[in-house]
Amino acid sequence: MPNALIDIKNVFKSYWRDSIEIPVLNDITLEVHNGEFLALMGPSGSGKTTLLNLIAGIDRPSKGSLTVSGTNIAELGESALAKWRSQHVGFVFQFYNLLPVLTAFENVELPLLLTSLSKAERQKHVELVLNVVGLGDRLHHYPKQLSGGQEQRVAIARAIVTDPTLLVADEPTGDLDKHSAEEILVLLDRLNKEFKKTIVMVTHDPRAAERASIQHHLDKGELS
Amino acid sequence: MRVLKLILKNSLRHKLRTSLTILGMAIAVMAFGVLRTVLDMWAESVEATAANRLITRQAVSFIFPLPYSYRDKIAKIPGVETVSFANWFQGTYKDKNNFFSRMAVDPETFFSVYPELLLNPKEFETFKQERNSCVVGSEIANQYGFKLGDVIPIDGDIYPGKWEFVVRGIYLPREKSTDATQMVFHWSYLDERMKQDMPGRAGNVGWYIVKIKDPSQSAIISDQIDALFTNSPNATKTETERAFTQNFISGLNSLLQAMNFVSFIIIGIIMLVLGNTMIMSARERTREYAVLKTLGFSAGHLVGLILGESLLIAVLGAGFGLLATYPIVAGIAAVMPKGFFPFFFVTPTTIVLGAAAALLVGLAASIFPIQRALSTKIVDGLRFLG
Repeated sequence: MPNALIDIKNVFKSYWRDSIEIPVLNDITLEVHNGEFLALMGPSGSGKTTLLNLIAGIDRPSKGSLTVSGTNIAELGESALAKWRSQHVGFVFQFYNLLPVLTAFENVELPLLLTSLSKAERQKHVELVLNVVGLGDRLHHYPKQLSGGQEQRVAIARAIVTDPTLLVADEPTGDLDKHSAEEILVLLDRLNKEFKKTIVMVTHDPRAAERASIQHHLDKGELS
Repeated sequence: MRVLKLILKNSLRHKLRTSLTILGMAIAVMAFGVLRTVLDMWAESVEATAANRLITRQAVSFIFPLPYSYRDKIAKIPGVETVSFANWFQGTYKDKNNFFSRMAVDPETFFSVYPELLLNPKEFETFKQERNSCVVGSEIANQYGFKLGDVIPIDGDIYPGKWEFVVRGIYLPREKSTDATQMVFHWSYLDERMKQDMPGRAGNVGWYIVKIKDPSQSAIISDQIDALFTNSPNATKTETERAFTQNFISGLNSLLQAMNFVSFIIIGIIMLVLGNTMIMSARERTREYAVLKTLGFSAGHLVGLILGESLLIAVLGAGFGLLATYPIVAGIAAVMPKGFFPFFFVTPTTIVLGAAAALLVGLAASIFPIQRALSTKIVDGLRFLG
């Protein structure tokens, strides 16, 4: 087996509320390889979003080793971690999290502002990914002018525009109707199969999880 | 460029709130500008004084007169170039609201000790020759429509009776800060009437204006003048014109200090108005800042976004406020009696102070929102519901 893209070893994560320690993840060990589509399932409060946040580098483990694409991200400082995220991770959120004052084009362009690409190159990349997600004709629409499914597709375009190593999605269909949810799942499936994107997705929805090549269940902070 | 666009779009997200904040800032900056203008004008009146002029007045109080006979004694002191004198006349021109200073002066010397009052030589000659003539400043001539040959009727109060003066000259101010709101006439015309009607008040002048050759000798000459009259019933106090003006203004010190205090209270109010807007804006965008951080935007980017928006609102508010200050000050100058302030205009210092205060406020108002945005963890920000 080749080296894992994501290598999690004996990771613990707990939060403190006043002086009480609340354990969330308990001795997690997990490997995800290039090109895999992993679904993390589990009941609310099981720690699946926390695990996703650790993988994405927006939270830090209390203990253990977390290597993504050869980098032990648990050891990176804040600014190095921010830079690492911009280069290696694309995020898809449950509630899209688009900036309402920016158009679809401008939202997707945001991550590219942190690169050295020229304006023309940025435009080319943005138009390309918006076409990939089927919104080539909605470039200059604001989020409020789009449906929920379209907003989530813009969010996916924003997540993949920098061609990241890893795509993480937290309940990407959780706020969508059945039809729109299906469109998003088809799109994620396509990104995995056609564009070879490694995807880690948190979901409650068994139908969404069926799209993934691997399923893991979390319960009370432990993988099963 | 995109970041600037984002700052602009963020600022316009709540158009009404942003507009009201800018309006509030504009009104506060304008009020600050007007108050500073009043304070500046008092300061300017001190600055406009000449270093080579001394004022000799009655030692006890400015309101008590000095004998006319002092004139020749003062003139004999070495270093004294010219001795002139003046007497506050007051009176009422048609209505008590028509306020401007009216003084009886020595026509021969008055304009030579005040070279900043520019009078046409021909008008000066005519003025000297006619005992009931007067010269008025160009500002009050414009305000009341005085022309050469006009008769100005004055109802006397300090010096009772009906008085009439013929306008024989209109002087122009040499500098913007020169007082062009005075009316001066022959002291001898006043003195003659006093001799007839109130002989006890004849032969007195209000104060002496002593032009000296060397300003560095002012202290010595002042002492020498006062020494001449130490043991007389009318002892004198001589000081530079600047010190004299400062002493005159010092009576208003409490008012000036209060105005100064209020002007800085206004800055505090501006800060609260803008700070409130920025805190609300930043709180509403907690999740967006978390998203930006997730995408890899640094602390510096967030500082730029929040500070940029705060400064943009502050600069717009200050800009509108300072622009509004000009017509407001002009309006106040138009309705205020001439002579209350010899001159009234917005100084560059007021503009610089207003702009600097606005920038400072913009900076200060962004500190708390920046601190909050930077200290909020990404995971907490993403969970924020607003």
